[in-house]
Amino acid sequence: MFFKRLIKNKLTVVGAVLITLMALMAILSPWLTTHDPYKMDFKQRLNPPSQDHFLGTDEYGRDVYSRIVLGSTVAMRVGFFSVSLSLILGVLLGLFSGYYGGWTDSIIMRIMDAVVTFPTLLLAIGIMAVLGPGLINLMIAIGVVYTPRFARVVRSSVLSIREKEYIEAARVTGCNNFSIIFQHILPNCWPPVIILSTINFGYAILWEAALSYLGLGAPPPTPSWGSVLSEGKDFMVIAPWLTTFPGIAIAFVVLGLNLFGDGLRDVLDPRLKE
Amino acid sequence: MRVYVIKRILTIVPVILLVSLIVFLLIHFIPGDPALVFVGEDAAPGEVERIRFEMGLDQPLYIQFGTWLAMVVRGDFGESIIYQRPVIDLIWERLPVTLSFGFFSMLISLMIAIPSGILAAANQNTYKDYFFTFIAVLGISIPGFWLALMFIFTFSLKLGWLPAIGYIPLTQDFWGGVECLILPSTAHAMLTAAIVARMLRSSMLEVLRQDFITTARGKGLPERWVIYKHALKNAFAPTLTVIGFQIGAVIGGSIIFETIFTLPGIGQMIYTAIGDRDYPVVQGCLLVIAFSFVLVNLVVDLLYSYFDPRITYER
Repeated sequence: MFFKRLIKNKLTVVGAVLITLMALMAILSPWLTTHDPYKMDFKQRLNPPSQDHFLGTDEYGRDVYSRIVLGSTVAMRVGFFSVSLSLILGVLLGLFSGYYGGWTDSIIMRIMDAVVTFPTLLLAIGIMAVLGPGLINLMIAIGVVYTPRFARVVRSSVLSIREKEYIEAARVTGCNNFSIIFQHILPNCWPPVIILSTINFGYAILWEAALSYLGLGAPPPTPSWGSVLSEGKDFMVIAPWLTTFPGIAIAFVVLGLNLFGDGLRDVLDPRLKE
Repeated sequence: MRVYVIKRILTIVPVILLVSLIVFLLIHFIPGDPALVFVGEDAAPGEVERIRFEMGLDQPLYIQFGTWLAMVVRGDFGESIIYQRPVIDLIWERLPVTLSFGFFSMLISLMIAIPSGILAAANQNTYKDYFFTFIAVLGISIPGFWLALMFIFTFSLKLGWLPAIGYIPLTQDFWGGVECLILPSTAHAMLTAAIVARMLRSSMLEVLRQDFITTARGKGLPERWVIYKHALKNAFAPTLTVIGFQIGAVIGGSIIFETIFTLPGIGQMIYTAIGDRDYPVVQGCLLVIAFSFVLVNLVVDLLYSYFDPRITYER
């Protein structure tokens, strides 16, 4: 039923296909690469796309196609870890904030408001300045920046769920706060969290690229899409394939996640039902 | 109404205090000793301690925060380590660049977003709708800086229509300045336009489903009137909130777009300041950006209550 409604929308199907392709690319990357993504070959510098190098070579003669294929694993990692971080933090904060209300709620939500006040990129850069550059710190920064969104969404779900009769029933039968929060409220908060996770997975990949462009991302020679792109920016005139292809890879994956997230929202969010 | 306005204005006080605390702590926890940065690596042995004492860095953290906050309230953001000038002056010099970039970017994005959002909603589930919806999703999926690079490649390097980098103040040479701003503003506007158009479409659809629209149609109003006069006016309030958020995003985006197009604005300054470890500048810029975002949201919320007066009774 759920699945049928989901695939009714053609754009959602396109999104699902793009996500599947990306996942397959990451899982099968050892077999899909045609060259060693790290191997430099100075005789083959900045070659245009050809039969041997599908997407050309970079300034060190590395195969761009193989680097982009391997880059999909980096993108998956960035998306997965930063979304997990903001999901865990945000869901916990949202649960406590919504359930206990009062001062707990005010303090948590005012802090979330203050965090949201900073533009995404700026706060991420600020956190990176404290933690130092690198892929792990980048994932932490993106995770922290997106925490308030999860907290807000979960909090507003909790506010309506905690007034339901089954919560009252649970309390009467002697459940403590802990078990009410995690066994009775949490399972009913998932729909908006799933939608948000899908869409934020894409944003995490976008911000990884932007931060790598600013030189704060994965250190060389890690072939993240953002770093492949930014390494190519100085050769844009003589080797435009270096900047074009990683950008297209990012756009396709994020597009897939957004389309799929939109489809999920239409099906899961009852307010938007026809 | 007046109670609501006063209440809403008062809510920004704790937010501003918290924002200041976050900025202060962020800068405080950045590795590296500001006193050492100030005197340089090869300073005399006692010099670092003297500067640390002078800058008040030997005081407990809450006293440092208090002193700093008192300075900020008076508009004193300290002095730049690199430029040796007051940070507030540096910010004033660069603000016009960022503001004109932001203005053009918002202008272009609204010019794209409002018509396409309306068109998509008015033709729901037709090919027009699918087309605009798809373009809008594409717009939020493309990395903005990549689009900027592609713009430079196509319109400056290949076609030679517009300058790739540089900046001319609008007051000095208006059209020359506009030429410099077209590419960065358009590249940034694509994302904003997509977000605003999506929001406008969904709130238009929600409004179009309501009874008063059926009434308006029923009494024989032309569809054009129903859409523009009745639906758009009611759908615009939620869209306004999103536009407010996007103004904040423009300031954030200025970091990356000003760096790519070498526009000498706040974004570029904060980026170089982070690299130079010029903390007073970073701190000042962060504060100015965050404060202006709080203010924009305040204005948006107050405007919102104008578009939708029910808001003022609810709280």
